[in-house]
Amino acid sequence: MKSPKFDYVRAGSVADAMTAYAEADGDAVFVSGGHSVVPSLALRLQAPALMIDLSAIEALSGIDLRDGWLRIGAMTRHAQAMTDPLIATHAPLFAAAAPFVAHPAIRNRGTLGGSLAHADPASEFPAAALAMRAELEIASAQGIRRVPADDFFVDIYETAIEPGEVLQAIHVPCAVAGQMVAFDEIARRRGDYAMVGAAVQAVSAGEGLQDVSIAMFSVGNRPVRAASAQVALTGRALDAPAIAAAQAALADDLDPPDDPQFPASMRLHLARVLLGRVLAKLETAA
Amino acid sequence: MTAGNEHIGQAHRRGNALRHLAGRGRFVTDLALPRMLHAAFVRSPMARGRIAELDVSDAAAAPGVVRVFTAETLNKTCAPWTGTLEHFAGMKSAPQNILAEGAVLWAGHPVTMILAHSRAEAEDACELVLLDIEEEEAVVDGDAALLDGAAPASEGIDSNLCFRTVLETPGLDDAFASAAHVVEESFTFGRHTAVTLEPRAVIADFDPSTGQLTVHQGTQTPYQFQDVYARHFGLPESKVRVIAPDVGGSFGMKLHVYNEEMATVAASLTLGRPVRFVADRLESFVSDIHARDHRVTARMAVDAAGTILAMDVDDMTQIGAFSTYPRTSVAEGNQVIRLMGAPYRMPDYRGRLSVVFQNKVQTSQYRAVGHPIACAVTEALVDRAAEQLDLDPFEIRARNLVADDAYPHVSATGYQFEKLSHQTSLAKLRQLMDYDTLRSEQAELRRQGIYRGIGIAPFVEITNPGAAFYGVGGARISAQDGAVVRLTPGGDVQCAISVTEQGQGTETIIAQIVADQLGVTPDQVKVTTGDTDTTPSGGATWACRGAGIGGETALRAGRRLQAQILAIAGAVLQADPATLALAGGAVIDSGTGRERITLAEIGRIATYRPDTLPEGCDNSLSAVQHFAPTGYPFDFTNGIQASHVEVDIETGVTRLLKHWVVEDCGRIINPLLVDEQIRGGVVQGLGPAFFEECLYDDMGQMTNASLADYLVPMAGEMPDIEIAHVETPTLDTILGAKGVGEAGTAAAGAAAMNAVNDALRPLGARISQTPMTPLRILTALGHV
Repeated sequence: MKSPKFDYVRAGSVADAMTAYAEADGDAVFVSGGHSVVPSLALRLQAPALMIDLSAIEALSGIDLRDGWLRIGAMTRHAQAMTDPLIATHAPLFAAAAPFVAHPAIRNRGTLGGSLAHADPASEFPAAALAMRAELEIASAQGIRRVPADDFFVDIYETAIEPGEVLQAIHVPCAVAGQMVAFDEIARRRGDYAMVGAAVQAVSAGEGLQDVSIAMFSVGNRPVRAASAQVALTGRALDAPAIAAAQAALADDLDPPDDPQFPASMRLHLARVLLGRVLAKLETAA
Repeated sequence: MTAGNEHIGQAHRRGNALRHLAGRGRFVTDLALPRMLHAAFVRSPMARGRIAELDVSDAAAAPGVVRVFTAETLNKTCAPWTGTLEHFAGMKSAPQNILAEGAVLWAGHPVTMILAHSRAEAEDACELVLLDIEEEEAVVDGDAALLDGAAPASEGIDSNLCFRTVLETPGLDDAFASAAHVVEESFTFGRHTAVTLEPRAVIADFDPSTGQLTVHQGTQTPYQFQDVYARHFGLPESKVRVIAPDVGGSFGMKLHVYNEEMATVAASLTLGRPVRFVADRLESFVSDIHARDHRVTARMAVDAAGTILAMDVDDMTQIGAFSTYPRTSVAEGNQVIRLMGAPYRMPDYRGRLSVVFQNKVQTSQYRAVGHPIACAVTEALVDRAAEQLDLDPFEIRARNLVADDAYPHVSATGYQFEKLSHQTSLAKLRQLMDYDTLRSEQAELRRQGIYRGIGIAPFVEITNPGAAFYGVGGARISAQDGAVVRLTPGGDVQCAISVTEQGQGTETIIAQIVADQLGVTPDQVKVTTGDTDTTPSGGATWACRGAGIGGETALRAGRRLQAQILAIAGAVLQADPATLALAGGAVIDSGTGRERITLAEIGRIATYRPDTLPEGCDNSLSAVQHFAPTGYPFDFTNGIQASHVEVDIETGVTRLLKHWVVEDCGRIINPLLVDEQIRGGVVQGLGPAFFEECLYDDMGQMTNASLADYLVPMAGEMPDIEIAHVETPTLDTILGAKGVGEAGTAAAGAAAMNAVNDALRPLGARISQTPMTPLRILTALGHV
């Protein structure tokens, strides 16, 4: 498990990083925390000629409020998501998801941007971003663009980031009055990738739930928005029949993969159980 | 005069733990020798096939590569090995050699060895080897392997049946015919593997100028490998030195002969320079031995009072393409069928064992060989019988466990028990776990929809094996051990002993034992292990023999030196040695306890002024002693475990709430280390009960061969483990110690399976397959 030889450069800016990528004719890989990239090199799943380290780029760090959005630098470590007060207030699903991500040593190195750009369909932060309706700030040679999370996650390990582009920041809409969130997953062991996970955000208004946003993960090739379940809950009080309706609706939202060790029927069953539990927690929090 | 027991029985910390914590461990991988080459292997990607083309020319020309070996260039240096033993009558296995010749027989079978200046360069070159294999249908499933017309899993065998044996008592059929109840169940026990913290590692260093081969190897059995390397490579035994430095866990996995270690030795012999191989995690999964892999059908006959009359068991176990060398892959199944029902008075029994070849990684001895299977099957059936008779699990066991005053006792399978304490242990467990409170809490929680279960499992453990284990079958595996104990000129003590240390604390307990014989403290005793040049030859550490046999060896060696010291002291002091004893680092008057002369003074006189000793007084300050167990063929231990679990009946996830063990390993030398042996053993029993499994697809590919997908038990999922003891020393030795290393593993899974089934009982569901995954539990509950 030794990686093939590669060159290494520590980029000073996003522009430098993109230039280095272009000069390598695309035979390069960006690395931030390294907890996905480095093992993939050791396992020889990829063999780029050049590793471009983004971790020293100051512009990728920092968490601040801008125009009704919380801007979270892509280099924000998982561990920071558990302690930062702005994230706790405005991106609470990142804070709620972080304890489920691996173990402390990994959370000290792993980054939010790296996790989102890697887009493992079983990982927690992509689903949290989807549920919070985050927008992803991507730098390219042509400039900077923002992509809604619904359009960002394309397929397994595939996002709207084009080769050579850099994910700079995550923008999360600021919290509104009555906003509730809940996050949970079912895993074989603490810190493992989930068998099934759920991130839910909604606003409790006088006339029932509004702005319901449900992201399920480890149920397909990317985090999946449970649109039918959202509809089943919208405008209703969060009671047992509403939860049951949302659970039933999941069959329309999910088309889980089938595997002898993990049949699709089991994944759908677990997704329903978990959604019920997460919605019940949402109720408690309200 | 007898030595005191100042340190035996005390909780001394493991002496080498501090060194390891300080980063001062010296493992094989810490050793860098001049001109050392690094090995990597090209392995078969397929479970079964024929090598159509193998072209290594590009690899040989790759940067950093020094040599590429194939079967054609490497295997001729080594006499083939065959994993059969004579006492397993009729068993067969094809001869093996280092690299695949013509046929590849499992996914992972090494085909080409590449030696380079770094492991990374060797791996780069592996990608340049052109290996074209014509795939053939693999033998994957053990039942299918036994069907008429099934292709053999390796060449040179006529069928896939490696070994079959049947044990039967004359009264078996009558027992079942007269039974009030017969309970029956089929079980599947998954494959798993050791996953030691330190992977397999070896450096072979042949010096052509002296003809000396030195092998630094992370193994538990250096003498066995000295013998293997000498015989298979045609070297004089004195020219083969095997050194086992610090070893990061072994669990039986590191005492088998592997292709890669043989290749490393062969390469060093050929090139005359050091060669290093360290298994990475990926290749560990497809080359370290796997364990278990049984399908068992069993039934139990009981009378109307709940007395167990008989068991009838059929075990099919699947071992890969070859039986391992030199201990075979039959010992596991052999112990499965012989340990069934062992704690009980059960008079009649039939056990049938079929050991089957297939195209997977070899399985062989791993911690608690056979025990977890026999225990899980027996205890599941006992619980089923209790359910039929509406008896409490404690009650049915109280009615059937051999009484503590009924020894010696012989089991229906022929095992001889000197003295065990099942009934005392059962009563102690009930109190320890506060059983009645747990049951009422369970009933209360069930009303709230929370499903908790309680399971218990008595067990026996085979320890202190004599030559009956392997020696009688022709294996060159020592059943005896040896120690040299000496007093230094300055009055310190050194002990070189053949039992070895892999992290369990062997060296610590040896120091305690020797210290008590010589009246010093354990930190004054320097213990040396794991080097065939500097310690006497012996069986080393496996099958729970380090404390029982190694400890007795150390004790007797210490007493021999004690007598020598007292003789010298008697001469110096003009006293009768019988009136003297050793304590506090000195010779004392045994009547008054008064110090007469220090050990340092004895050392000084005997070393520097032997001229002052009387004529004929032997000044030897070294004593050598070998010891082989006599009396019972094995010293059995016993105990009982309990598991408390909560099954989430919606997700199938089981939470382990608590685990209890009452254990009787005879004389306890170090309670701290005994308890940690038990805890570690329990975890290695719970791992395969809930998490660990080598999964294969129907092409014979292992599909979860990485630590991302193969789930080892982690601290977060493990319960607190509470331990209590009963002490019934064996009278076969002076020390009275039996083994304890496998007790935890023997029954943890059995207790846990009974606990899960206890939780599921109100729902009418049962599980009899390990690991007990969420999928299997949800399937049992009808959710999937």
